[in-house]
Amino acid sequence: MEITIRSLWTAIHGMGFGALYLLACSGALIELYRFTTSCEFTSGQERFLKLYLITMVLLAWAAVLTGAYIIYPWYRAAPPPGTADLSMFPQRLLMSSPTTIGWHSLGMEWKEYVAWFAPISITMVVFVFIKYGRDLKNHRQLRAAVLCFTLASFVAAGIAGFFGAMISKYAPVQGGHTIQLSQGEEK
Amino acid sequence: MNASKNLAAPNPPAMTNGSGAAAILSAGIGSFALAVLAFAADKSAPIKSNLVFYKPTGPLSGVTTAAILIWLFTWGILEWRWRKRTVAIGRINAVALALLGLGLLLTFPPIAELL
Repeated sequence: MEITIRSLWTAIHGMGFGALYLLACSGALIELYRFTTSCEFTSGQERFLKLYLITMVLLAWAAVLTGAYIIYPWYRAAPPPGTADLSMFPQRLLMSSPTTIGWHSLGMEWKEYVAWFAPISITMVVFVFIKYGRDLKNHRQLRAAVLCFTLASFVAAGIAGFFGAMISKYAPVQGGHTIQLSQGEEK
Repeated sequence: MNASKNLAAPNPPAMTNGSGAAAILSAGIGSFALAVLAFAADKSAPIKSNLVFYKPTGPLSGVTTAAILIWLFTWGILEWRWRKRTVAIGRINAVALALLGLGLLLTFPPIAELL
């Protein structure tokens, strides 16, 4: 069993940072709503929620930065003239067929920008949550904006995650050094 | 059990809303700036080439870096101006959410192509 370094980074970016962020979003929405409408939170629970939200900020920034600066250059690499096998050049591979070009022209073109709405929004949400804490209960409109931006961040990350998964299915980022994970037995 | 008993009774806020409003509006401005820069890079070759801050990533590097700088700069200015004030949060929320929505729409390629 082996994996290439590019596949590993793609998995860290998408299945690590991105998927964890998406999973955390629904919890954040519910807990933020509960925290800002209920009196039942202890200071320990408040501390846990702060830590949870700060982790989300780190995941969101890690997802977009690894995506833009590690994986995207491999995705958009230009093949040398005359290259017939485009499997190492995912963008060109998608653009080479009318049945897959949309995954680039709509999917990647949208994903590469919309994904950045997630870290911007969630950073703001966490700042407001930490700054106001329990006083957020008394600021109904701040609370509404915090929940709307958390939802927007969820939607943005969902769009990016969906297109990322589909693009990886049709034109995976491949190549680079191979890492041997385990030695299989011959049958 | 009456569900309303679980809801927090609103008290007078201990803090002004200025700091929160600054963060919310700047997030809206930052998101919209990102979409406008992405649109501009798509439509204009000179802007596109000027936004290549890191060649392997192409104009995406400049679009996102510039948008983040605009967001943080706006946030800093608004925080400095509003942190001790109570501001018209309803209007600010509406503007921030409108900018966020417009930003989301403007990054959607079929809409950007129509403009």
